[in-house]
Parts: sequence; structure tokens; C-alpha cells
Amino acid sequence: MTAEKMSLAKALNESLRKSLETDPKVLVMGEDVGKLGGVFRITDGLQKDFGEDRVIDTPLAESGIVGTAIGLALRGYRPVVEIQFDGFVFPAYDQIVTQLAKMHARALGKVKMPVVVRIPYGGGIGAVEHHSESPEALFAHVAGLKVVSPSNASDGYWMLQQAIQSDDPVIFFEPKRRYWDKAEVDTEAIPDPLHAARVARTGTDLTLAAYGPMVKVCLEAAAAAQEEGKSVEVIDLRSMSPIDFDAVQRSVEKTGRLVVVHEAPVFYGSGAEIAARITERCFYHLEAPVLRVGGFHAPYPPARVEEEYLPGLDRVLDAVDRSLAY
Amino acid sequence: MTVESTAASKPRRSSKRVSAVAEKGAAASAEQGVAASPAKAAAKRAAARKSAARPQQAGQRGEQAGRQAEPELVQLLTPEGERVEHPDYDVDLSTEELRGLYRDMVLTRRFDSEATALQRQGELGLWASLLGQEAAQIGSGRALRDDDYVFPTYREHGVAWCRGVDPTNLLGMFRGVNHGGWDPNSNNFHLYTIVIGSQTLHATGYAMGVAKDGADSAVIAYFGDGASSQGDVAEAFTFSAVYNAPVVFFCQNNQWAISEPTERQTRVPLYQRARGFGFPGIRVDGNDVLACLAVTRSALERARRGEGPTLVEAFTYRMGAHTTSDDPTRYRHDDERQAWEAKDPILRLRRFLEAQGHADEAFFTALDEESDVLAKRVREAVRAMPDPDDMSMFDHVYADGHALVDEERAEFAAYQASFADASQEGK
Ligand SMILES: Cc1ncc(C[n+]2csc(CCOP(=O)(O)OP(=O)(O)O)c2C)c(N)n1
Repeated sequence: MTAEKMSLAKALNESLRKSLETDPKVLVMGEDVGKLGGVFRITDGLQKDFGEDRVIDTPLAESGIVGTAIGLALRGYRPVVEIQFDGFVFPAYDQIVTQLAKMHARALGKVKMPVVVRIPYGGGIGAVEHHSESPEALFAHVAGLKVVSPSNASDGYWMLQQAIQSDDPVIFFEPKRRYWDKAEVDTEAIPDPLHAARVARTGTDLTLAAYGPMVKVCLEAAAAAQEEGKSVEVIDLRSMSPIDFDAVQRSVEKTGRLVVVHEAPVFYGSGAEIAARITERCFYHLEAPVLRVGGFHAPYPPARVEEEYLPGLDRVLDAVDRSLAY
Repeated sequence: MTVESTAASKPRRSSKRVSAVAEKGAAASAEQGVAASPAKAAAKRAAARKSAARPQQAGQRGEQAGRQAEPELVQLLTPEGERVEHPDYDVDLSTEELRGLYRDMVLTRRFDSEATALQRQGELGLWASLLGQEAAQIGSGRALRDDDYVFPTYREHGVAWCRGVDPTNLLGMFRGVNHGGWDPNSNNFHLYTIVIGSQTLHATGYAMGVAKDGADSAVIAYFGDGASSQGDVAEAFTFSAVYNAPVVFFCQNNQWAISEPTERQTRVPLYQRARGFGFPGIRVDGNDVLACLAVTRSALERARRGEGPTLVEAFTYRMGAHTTSDDPTRYRHDDERQAWEAKDPILRLRRFLEAQGHADEAFFTALDEESDVLAKRVREAVRAMPDPDDMSMFDHVYADGHALVDEERAEFAAYQASFADASQEGK
């Protein structure tokens, strides 16, 4: 085993490096990804080692970045594009939704679209407007796209490589406030499948389901609940499209209770989808309605109040209590 | 295609859910603008007020005096069919090649008019005619090499013809049996693109890939004058210039974007836009097949030499409606069309061929017969086009599969099967 402790940012960097090394068709593209190494340094040093032809600084034009990546994919390349921040993906949303997602189907399967769109997302870093949003549901709603989010360095390392190897377009959400969290990464392990959920902590009284930045909060909540004598299981979904409902179902059949946690607004969010499906699948196992904890139906607030907007330990524990009270 | 409805208006198969179908029908007719509503009337009034306030509206455009002075066009063949010289561009074609261009234009026009007729007969839900743009498309299309790659809009039937795409393949999306339906790589002809301007970026990215591969082929992106207002087109110009991508932007300025005239898209002649991005732009007589061939060939060669993109503006005219759902009498005068008819691309080449003795009556008669055969083949092929299998909507959503699609496919199959079981019970 060649395990090494590294930050999520470093793991993503290593993952890109490995991908560039193993497949000459892989390209990294985006604003500031070259010399600067990206504003979060995820692409640090890659241009130096792989050249400007493989690690491409692009004009400041998101539709252009994704649109040309589509053309490069049609030519046989595997572009990994970086959108600098969550709130800036929208100029490219048209290309992603109307072109990237549908090209394979429109060509009756004759062309593949192996494009990865990396988006640092979520709040908690005290940023200005448009730097803290969680638009994953907008992408998961679109057929033809796959949407994933690692919550830790090990998943960052493996899931990004798997996304790059996928012949489908993958929207790869990186929880920016976890970039600096360190974890063991075994670079020779056999990784879980890209879309499989993972039981991050076992428990018997209630299931917390989360992904990306909220997994850590849920693990902390479960530990706190333990001290109060409650056994909480935590599922790291890892993938928002598809969702590993089987894994959630297995857990809920055991615990009878489910709370879904995400940073994105609750209204029309992925929690709604999970609640509906799990209610259909587990109606007779549920001891309480599926509860959701997430952001409000309001623009992401200024940094000084974001801690109130973001689901924290207390709000998660409150939902745990409400569920257990049924 | 704002008023687009690509579902063929053929009688629907008897459905299990009659009410659902009735609802769909109502939605479709509302989309086609059939149902009048108070909101619509109000919008109409507002539009009338607006146009009164602005004398330069589309309606008056026929006589519009204040139009931009038209810059010179590259022309090699006058509307009267006379061969003229241009200092920078020329073509030297054999009699056979000249006849070939004529044949391409005639057959393309015939295919197009047959498709329009098929739409009128209810065999197609919609058709976007290229009438009047044959020279721009055949001229540019015949300038291409086999290894070049084409990114069309939804109107490039003549270019498709030059690429050897079976014309019946183009009809699937207009009949409503698919959203594209051909393998782009078999003729290096990408799928039609509905979202205006998107394909110019795909072409640019593809061209960046060509350059990376060290190949010496070129890429051509077609788009309209309306598309020139889209951000994607500006971004494609930026990317192609910055990366020196071997791409030719071929804008068919057919004067109209549905009802919006070119003046609503730009205050400078379109070809001049290129200069601000750092590459050459050239305006060519889009109704002159020889000039279109010469100019496009030169731009493609420039791309192949590694000198980067070129914008070609083919100055032409859409003689018919925008699509079969459009009514051009609401926004343009017939005298405008008549003025352009005098510049008909096919007629002028015919005059030239006749004057030069390149073609005799037998040639034209044979071509008429060939056109009839093509029209018949297209008609029959469309009528025989099978509807897609119900389950096919789940095909190719993902290359690697997707758990939810698999689940929904299985559920839907079971649901469908339940009707089969029910009909068996009655027997
Ligand atoms: C993004 C987008 N907006 C609007 C439309 C509806 N629409 C279809 S064709 C068209 C006009 C396009 O004009 P132009 O680019 O000049 O091409 P032409 O049809 O004249 O060849 C419009 C507005 C569309 N298809 N895509």
C-alpha cells in the first residue's frame, strides 16, 4: 500500500497529473490553469511539465471553454475544463445543457463526449458574491450529464481519474472549503465505482445522507449524537447523477429514518429527489418522514452571515432530533 | 425556428391515453401560433406602437434609403452570366466541373422544394428551405476536401449534398423521428445545430484539435447573419484567433433572421467584424457559385497553411420563408424578393453555360429527369421512414449507462407490456 496523507487540492492535482501522463488525449483547459496553476492551485505545475499544448490557458469566456472542449472531444480528445467558480458556470450552461449533454444521443451513439467540467463549489470560505453557490441540482436534472462530488482527498484522487476515463460528460463538483483538508490517499487501491455511495460511518438509529462539503459536517453530527446515545449512520452519496439509491435504501431499511443534508437550497434540491425516491422505496420501513436540511430560498448571503445559511452541526442535530421524535 | 414544431403532423398512432394526446395537440397548435389570445393581441398592439415610433422598421425596409453603403463583393460571374475578373480570386474549371456545379445546385434546389412540398403534405413537421442560397452552399461545399470537417446550422442541405450525405438523412429531424440521426464522422459533416451559433465553437475546438494533431485539413463553420449577434460566435472568433485554429467561418448573410433584418444585428458590414478579432474577413457575392468556390478555397488553403481563421460573408438572400412555419409577408416586401430573383444563382450559371456552349438542351433535359428521380426517391424514403421504437428514447442517453435510465427503461417496458397483456385478455 502506498498511502500518503494529502489535501484534497493536492489529490486532485495528482489525479490530473496521472491522467495527463497515462492518456496523451487528455487536455486541461481553463482560465488561469497554466502559469498560475488555477486560482485554487489545483493545476499547479501541470503546464510546466506537460506544456502549453496540453494544459491550456483559455480566453475569459466560459461558453467558449466548454464549446471548444466539445469540438476537441469530437476530434478525439478528452478535455478536462476548469470553471473558476460555481457562479461563473452559467455563461457555459447553454453549451453544457443544449450541446454537451445531448450530442451522444443525437448522434445515435456514434460520437462520445468525454468532457469533464470541474467546478469548485459551495460556501464557507468567506467569499464575495457568486463564489459560494451549489448549483448541482441544475445539472443533475439534465439527462446526458453525470454529476459527482468527492468529499475527501482519496475520492478526489480516484473519482477525478474515473470521470476523465468516462465516455460521458461529467460535471465534477469540488467542495472548495475542503480543498485543504488532508486524508490518506492510497494511490494503488482499487477504487469504488464512480457512482457508488459509501457508508462513511455505521449506525442503527438514523441515516444522514450527504455529499461533498456536508459529509464532514454529518460525520461530526453523528459523533456528537453518539455522545447523546444515538447511533447515526452517514452515507456519502458521492454521485448526484446517478444516485446510488440502493445504498440509501439499504441503510434506511436498517435505521428507519433519513435526513438529507446539502448546502444548496432545499427547495427543488437533490434532497427532494432523494426524499421522494426513498419514500417510494421504503414506505413501510420509515418511522418518520424524510427530512431535509440545506440552504434557504434566498441568494447566497454575504460572507458575514453565511454560517447561518450553511447547515452546521446544530441544524443537522436538530433535524436528527425531530426525526427521532416521531 | 421560433415557431418550431418538429413533430410530424401525420396522424398519430392510436394511443392508449387519448386525453394525453389531445392535450399535446393543443399545445402544438398554440406553439404554431394558431390559437389567438388576448395576450397576443396586446403584444401585437405593442409591436405596432413600436414600429410607428421607429420609421426604419422591417416593413419599410424594401425602400429603405439609409442602408449601409454596400461594400464591394468578390464576383466572378455577373447576374447576366458574364465571366468577370477579380484581382485576388479566380477559378479555372473544366466544362465538366462547371456542369457539375450547375447539377449540384439544381438537384439541391429540387430536393429542397420537394421537402417543402412534403411538409405541406404533412409528411414533415417543419422544413427550413435553402432557396436562393444554393451558390453559397455549393460553392463553399465544393471547395472542401474530404478530410475537412463541416459544422452546419439547420439549413445547409447543399453543403450536405456536397459531402455525400444522403439527403434523406437530413429529413429525420424535420419529420420528428430523430434529433440528428447520422454519424457525423462518416462524411465529416456534423449534426445540424438548432441553438443559434453554438456550432461555431464546436468547429473552433475541432480545428484546435486538428492543429494539435498536426493534420493539414481545415474546418468550416456555417452560420447566419442573425447568429453573428450571439456571444458564442464572438467567442469562437476569439478562440480561433488566439489559437490560430484552421477554421473558416462561413456566414451566409441571407439578409434576414426570421423577421429581423441584418441592420438589427450589426452596424458594420459583417465581414469587417473579423478585423477586430485579428483575422481577415471577405465579402463574396453569395449568389455566384464561382466566387464562393474561389473565396472559400482560398480561405481553406490559408487555414491549412497554418495562417489561422478567415471570415467569409456570403452576401445572399433567403428567397423563401425562414421555415415552413414562417410568413415573410408580415415583414418584407415582395419587390425585395423580386430584386433578388434577378440575381438567381442557378439562372446566372445557366446563362453562362449556354453562352459558352458548355451545355446543350440534352444536358438540361437529362438533369430535369435526374431531378425527378431524386424527388421521387426522397418522397418515397420519407414516407417509408419508420417511427422510432418507443423504447429508443432510452438509448444512447449515456455512453457508459446510468442507473436511473436503466430503472426508468425497465419501468416503462413493464408499463407498455401491461397493455399488451390487457389486449390479450380480451381475446
Ligand atoms: C439561441 C437561439 N435563439 C433563437 C432561436 C430561434 N431561431 C431559429 S432560426 C432564427 C434566426 C436565425 O437567423 P440567421 O442566423 O440569420 O440564420 P438564417 O435562419 O437566416 O439562415 C431564430 C431566431 C434559436 N434557434 N436559437
